[in-house]
Amino acid sequence: MRVRNLTVKLDGEVVLENVSFKVKEGEVLTILGPNGAGKTVLLRALLGLVPYEGKVEWKEGVKVGYVPQRLPLVKDVPLSVGEFFKLKNAPEREVERALASTGVRRDIMKKRVGELSSGQFQRILIAFALVGEPQVLLFDEPTAGIDVGAEETIYTCLERLRRERNLTVLLVTHDLSVVYKFSSACLCLNRRVLCFGTPKRLTPTLLSRLYGGKIKFYEHRHG
Amino acid sequence: MAGTLSLVAGVCISAAAAYIGSLMLSKRMVLVAGPLGHLALPGIALALLYGFDVTLGAFPFVILGIILIWIFEMRTKLPTEALTAVVFAFGVAVAFLFLPLEQAEAALVGDISRVGFWDALTSSLLSLTVIAALRKSYDRMVLISISEDLARVEGVDVRKYNLLYLLLVAVVVSLGVKVVGGLLTAALVAIPSAASRNVSRSLSEYSSLSVVFGVSSCVLGMAVSSFFDVPAGVAIILAGTAIFIVSSVLKK
Repeated sequence: MRVRNLTVKLDGEVVLENVSFKVKEGEVLTILGPNGAGKTVLLRALLGLVPYEGKVEWKEGVKVGYVPQRLPLVKDVPLSVGEFFKLKNAPEREVERALASTGVRRDIMKKRVGELSSGQFQRILIAFALVGEPQVLLFDEPTAGIDVGAEETIYTCLERLRRERNLTVLLVTHDLSVVYKFSSACLCLNRRVLCFGTPKRLTPTLLSRLYGGKIKFYEHRHG
Repeated sequence: MAGTLSLVAGVCISAAAAYIGSLMLSKRMVLVAGPLGHLALPGIALALLYGFDVTLGAFPFVILGIILIWIFEMRTKLPTEALTAVVFAFGVAVAFLFLPLEQAEAALVGDISRVGFWDALTSSLLSLTVIAALRKSYDRMVLISISEDLARVEGVDVRKYNLLYLLLVAVVVSLGVKVVGGLLTAALVAIPSAASRNVSRSLSEYSSLSVVFGVSSCVLGMAVSSFFDVPAGVAIILAGTAIFIVSSVLKK
């Protein structure tokens, strides 16, 4: 997959400018950047959900699954987990396979989606994206609102899924440790591309350029 | 005979209204249905004045209303409540510009007892068509209301379904004015689903209970109205409200 000179304007404001990068099959690309850097917009542009200028080229016939950041409206809907998957209109076997590979127990199907813990909900969203057997998974900020204990397993789960299903993963995150542990490439984004390459190229100088003052927050990770 | 006709038409229309009401999961969807009944009022007034069917009078005004609300929403970005207030007042004011006062009751709270045979037949068939169309697209519309992004990734043509939804809302509102009048149509749509949401744990429960509540309020309301001297539309909405109150008490 290749992206060239991607520019996205929302309400006349340039949100992303001249973004170019490549992702090879089986890679895990993390997309890093401070709040408002345009990470989610990038994913949405890749999916064709927002209008953009420039080129987004996928390998022909590739199927893409999308795990959105959160679904705030879903809590208001009296929807059981089973019914949520029915919205996808897929064979039951596939749904079961997707649920099993995200490590969700089957008895969850009767629960209301609004009653799930954020960790469970995250897994359900991943499973939802996996139904239909995509080769690429776009994953938006799985850390939002999830406690550290659960978060660790979400990434382990992702990594296992990637190996099992030979997935290519594009991952938006705030969490630097994820970059080193799981990704094969990373893209630092703050409206423009600040750097693109292997995680080793991430130096403290680069990070402070990316996050500005916020880098202090991450200091403990170098210890 | 006349009683049976109006009961059948009332039940079909109430069922369709309650069913589409159960799809009003997001704020934007509620917005479109709420003030539409009020905007239909001028059309109802014209129909009563010139003696044609109120649904026929209401429909073009509802369509106009949908377009107006859509434009206002995009241009002003005002909160829902403000828009609703504006549209509501405008609809009522324009209606009273030319509505003869002795006809006001029928326009405001409806008069289902007036329906004739063909009227009842077409209303019932239209309602059943709406229900069938909704059943077919229900899942996709739910997905859209949960997340348009997710729906589009799944290959759902969001614009097509939004348009279909608006069209169905317009039909339901126009039919609803026959049963409960221009003032109360929104309630015919909103109350059964609100009551159903209080007590249901799944989507299938939610949509089917919503229809059950809608139909029960219609039957109950019309029964009450035939025993006491109360307009049917008023009694139907009161019956719906009673069901809603009970559902709130039962809510876990």
